[in-house]
Amino acid sequence: MTYTIEGKTGAWEIVVGLEVHAQVISHSKLFSGASASYGGEPNTHVSLVDAGFPGMLPVLNQECVAQAIRTGLGLRARINLESRFDRKNYFYADLPTGYQISQFTHPIVGEGTVEIELADGTVRHIGITRLHMEQDAGKSMHDQDPARSFIDLNRAGVALMEIVSEPDIRCPEEAGAYLRKLRQILRYLGTCDGNMEEGSMRADVNVSVRKAGEPFRTRCEIKNVNSIRYVMHAIEVEATRQIEVWEDGGEVDQETRLFDPSRNETRSLRSKEDAHDYRYFPDPDLLPLVVEQEWVDALERGLPELPDDKRDRFVKEYGIPRYDASVLVAEQAIADYYEEVAKGRDARLAANWVTGDLFGALNRTGRTITDSPISAAALGGMLDLVSDKTINGKIAKEVFEDMLETGDSAAAIVERKGLKQVTDTGAIDAAVADVMARNADKVEEYRGGKDRLFGFFVGQVMKAMAGKANPAMVNEALKKVL
Amino acid sequence: MSLDPATVRRIARLARIGIDESDVPALQGELNGILGWVEQLNEVDVEGVTPMVGTGHAALRTRPDVVTDGNCRDAVLSNAPDGVGPFYTVPKVVE
Repeated sequence: MTYTIEGKTGAWEIVVGLEVHAQVISHSKLFSGASASYGGEPNTHVSLVDAGFPGMLPVLNQECVAQAIRTGLGLRARINLESRFDRKNYFYADLPTGYQISQFTHPIVGEGTVEIELADGTVRHIGITRLHMEQDAGKSMHDQDPARSFIDLNRAGVALMEIVSEPDIRCPEEAGAYLRKLRQILRYLGTCDGNMEEGSMRADVNVSVRKAGEPFRTRCEIKNVNSIRYVMHAIEVEATRQIEVWEDGGEVDQETRLFDPSRNETRSLRSKEDAHDYRYFPDPDLLPLVVEQEWVDALERGLPELPDDKRDRFVKEYGIPRYDASVLVAEQAIADYYEEVAKGRDARLAANWVTGDLFGALNRTGRTITDSPISAAALGGMLDLVSDKTINGKIAKEVFEDMLETGDSAAAIVERKGLKQVTDTGAIDAAVADVMARNADKVEEYRGGKDRLFGFFVGQVMKAMAGKANPAMVNEALKKVL
Repeated sequence: MSLDPATVRRIARLARIGIDESDVPALQGELNGILGWVEQLNEVDVEGVTPMVGTGHAALRTRPDVVTDGNCRDAVLSNAPDGVGPFYTVPKVVE
């Protein structure tokens, strides 16, 4: 179903395209040998190249190129063997050279596609227009002094990938799903840590509205939105504003706006009036970047299995539902954990335990999969005890809680607490006989046709045996005598 | 191609160069002179010729991803007219 916003004149569709800036994982900067790591003392991760001193020349970081190509491959995109660097000219205090080196006319990566899945299971493909490399700017601090802004150039020159989507997104939920998927792919590839809070991934959001069947109308760009939730809010707020403008007989101006989450509104950034007049031209300091197809092929062979492929493999190899597989591949560490538990065991049972009890326990204890209090091997050991019928499913829950608390192995806990499942038919038959003797009235009712009392008998027998009886054998024994 | 006075003012603004209104006609003449001179290149027929981006056939030089530079804050800040501690400062710029 098409998502629409109801205005005075009827329903409006929204059209959204996203430009995501993803900080490349590398040791040094895109064009200088200064450190690209986060959190150094102010102005220490800065070389004279980054500070824009006269005569300094940029030299391209090979690994940043590799990271951009890996990302392009992960987005199933075309890799351009020849690309170029341009200067994007604008004045700002945290841009010492007065231009950002970027790729305008010839980006390193061309068209690609990202598959997203919505809550109702709908699968959509969002087109990627391009990916190009560019430099990050420095940081301005405005709250240190009443009259001055302070500038720290540690970020200046760090490599970014700008990933531009087609205007294929039609609702806030799709924008959220796209960003989560993109972040997942970047993390799998190890090309960006995807941390939006620290600003290593941020989004510019292009929004316009239209009536069904119309061509695109004028769009506005909302700059630098730094969380997925805010992106989704900003789209709704901006679309609603534009609908009001059109319906009041006005025109939406193409402009840059800022989203203010505290007031839930977007505001025009008048200072960026000239923002789209960047007077791009080829950077005369840098020759075209030519990469060999053999190198691209080698990088492709070195890629990890991507989330979509992993999900499909899990469905096929482990016979688990697609939804469970999607949950398990959300992070590579979770997928690895699951595979270690599932290998050689009942894979569906493993999926249920990982997505159910384990996730619940991690949530409760505030841990993540990488510092899980129960290792994959330990959880696997417990499942072995379930499979070989040493313990039943109910006791397994108790053992799991104990493992969580004590860190002991499942086998040790079963031993210590004497939780071994009773499969001795004599003991079970005795318990069954005892329960029947004590509940003669219920036996009468059952035999008179009250079938649902069967569960009552099972419960009583289990209780009498402290939950340790083999449930299948209890069922069987009861059926025999009833 | 010739520039009108409005374009001259706009170029100056984009370049953050303050000019007097009285300078506009002279600048307009100079800039149009430069453009006119470069426009002579249009006489050359380049139909079917691949754009040349450099004189040599050298490939772009790249470097390995190793930290070799930085940690030279004193040098970096040496020309800052109004540095405060480890920072450059500029007149306040607030959106």
